[in-house]
Amino acid sequence: MSDDPTNSGTLVRVDGVDKVFHRGEEAIHILSNLHLAVPAGQFLALMGPSGSGKSTLLNLIGGLDRPTKGTVAIAGERVDALSDRQLAGWRARHIGFVFQLYNLMPVLTAERNVELPLLLTHLSKVERQKHVATALAMVGLSHRAKHYPRTLSGGEQQRVGIARGIVTDPTLLLCDEPTGDLDRKAGDEILNLLQALNHEHGKTIIMVTHDPHAAARATRTVYLNKGQLSHEPVT
Amino acid sequence: MAGPLNWFAQVLAITKFGLMSMPQRRGAVTATVFGIAGVVGVLVGVLSIAAGFRRAMDASGSPDAAIVLRSGADSEMVSGFGREETRLIADAPGVARNRQGPLASAELFVIINLPKRSTGTDANVPLRGVEGAAVEVRDHLKFVEGRMFEWGKNEVAVGVGAAREFAGLEVGSTIKVGRESWPVVGIFSSGGGVAESEVWTDAKVLQAAYNRGDSFQSVYVRLNSPGAFQGFKDALTANPRLTVKVIRQSDYYAEQSTTLTRLITTLGVLIAGLMAIGAVFGALNTMYSAVAARTREIATLRALGFGGGAVVVALMIESLVLALLGGALGAVVAYVAFDNFRAATMNWQSFSQVTFAFAVTPQLLGQGVIWASAIGLVGGLLPAIRAARLPIATALREL
Repeated sequence: MSDDPTNSGTLVRVDGVDKVFHRGEEAIHILSNLHLAVPAGQFLALMGPSGSGKSTLLNLIGGLDRPTKGTVAIAGERVDALSDRQLAGWRARHIGFVFQLYNLMPVLTAERNVELPLLLTHLSKVERQKHVATALAMVGLSHRAKHYPRTLSGGEQQRVGIARGIVTDPTLLLCDEPTGDLDRKAGDEILNLLQALNHEHGKTIIMVTHDPHAAARATRTVYLNKGQLSHEPVT
Repeated sequence: MAGPLNWFAQVLAITKFGLMSMPQRRGAVTATVFGIAGVVGVLVGVLSIAAGFRRAMDASGSPDAAIVLRSGADSEMVSGFGREETRLIADAPGVARNRQGPLASAELFVIINLPKRSTGTDANVPLRGVEGAAVEVRDHLKFVEGRMFEWGKNEVAVGVGAAREFAGLEVGSTIKVGRESWPVVGIFSSGGGVAESEVWTDAKVLQAAYNRGDSFQSVYVRLNSPGAFQGFKDALTANPRLTVKVIRQSDYYAEQSTTLTRLITTLGVLIAGLMAIGAVFGALNTMYSAVAARTREIATLRALGFGGGAVVVALMIESLVLALLGGALGAVVAYVAFDNFRAATMNWQSFSQVTFAFAVTPQLLGQGVIWASAIGLVGGLLPAIRAARLPIATALREL
């Protein structure tokens, strides 16, 4: 189906997107003629069963993959038309990623992990340190700045992941099952944090989740099934 | 925003992660480092033989000294002069003189058998008959023990290399040459040159012992200066009473070292080359496992905006660092094990033993580093390209 909210202030626009993977001779259609528009400032939950293409759609929006057909535009810029090199720069400027398994560098402390995306900017070391301190304060982990990931709990690691995602003040925060590896309490803390980022800081967030409890924190939920979007849960 | 500084920062950051995560891959890392160390160690070790031999030969000759042989002779073994000819050579223009006369030594050269200390087997040792100016026409010759033999007596003085390599050449001992016994009265050094491999005696005494009449095989001369060589040579070659070959000492010994050094160098490069192929596979394996172990990390960095080119360069640097560690280890081991290691080998021009010390020179160490770098770069390239081409979306989910 076509998702068609008001066009004004649309930050993410996915138009007529197909995504086909090939396994040998077999073509697997993950997404078919998909349309999605996400206004700036929205906290969108993307739900659906395993293999429905949620993460694939998130990857297309985040410029980690390209559609087989159709267009993906973020803030008016055609992401699918960028070269690999341009995409890397674009991601660094516009996208913050939060991963299910946190994806922190085990050899770096929390603050060095958060600093990573800033290495791609022209900020001085002092400026980077300020940004890192602010991001860690926002996720409530200033006191754990010097700790290595292995010494942090899952919830704390994910908060470091979120701090890394927001440290460059990206246009869009993409979260792939951010609570999928956490217990309920730690998951709730993460969701509180995401909600606060959306409400208080106006961050546009797209979150892939299996969990209706997590999706309930979003301002809007869409469901993906068999490559198509709907506003209703899949039955 | 993606300027060169930014790019270098990316390379630096990824390289740092790679290096910091090495302890987690210590098995593969150690195997690679030792593999490359082996290549460099063997290469440097083998080539140090050639370098040492060349050094011994180079130390033997100076540009202001010349050797005169019969025309057509490649070595003293096949040369020959009568007394009159050697006088004409000594009196030629350009020959330096002192109060005793021209600095020219007419010499003859025979080979005697002496047992090697290391194996007890007989080896060819050069016994050289010299004249009074022999010490002056050679550089750095000095006695380290005992004294020069007395002229007209059956006595010998021995080079330090010969004394070390062959049994029975200590001062006070006696060697049997022909029917005569010859006491060893002194040991001399000559700055590492070929003379150190020789046993010296009075030319006249040697002529008599070997029934050589008044014949010689070569004339060694000291020239007034290196520039005097051409005039000296022209004078001798233009003299209708002589058919001679005139060579600078330095060129003569360089020529003598060519065959052996080329052989050793070829062998060394061949052996090290074969080992290097193995080491490249070792490096490939290590770097592939490094990429495999860090698939998700690399994908995460790329998702954050780090470029594929920076990933390639960083992994190449990591491989290079491993290779250089191995290279340095190999070089140090080769230096400790081989530098100044004393040995003797056959000089195929004179069919006699030349003693020399292996020389691990800075050039050889540099060569080892170049080999190690090449192994590292070749071994790192494919895994680096693979890392940069990993589909980010898939790799992010790798466990």
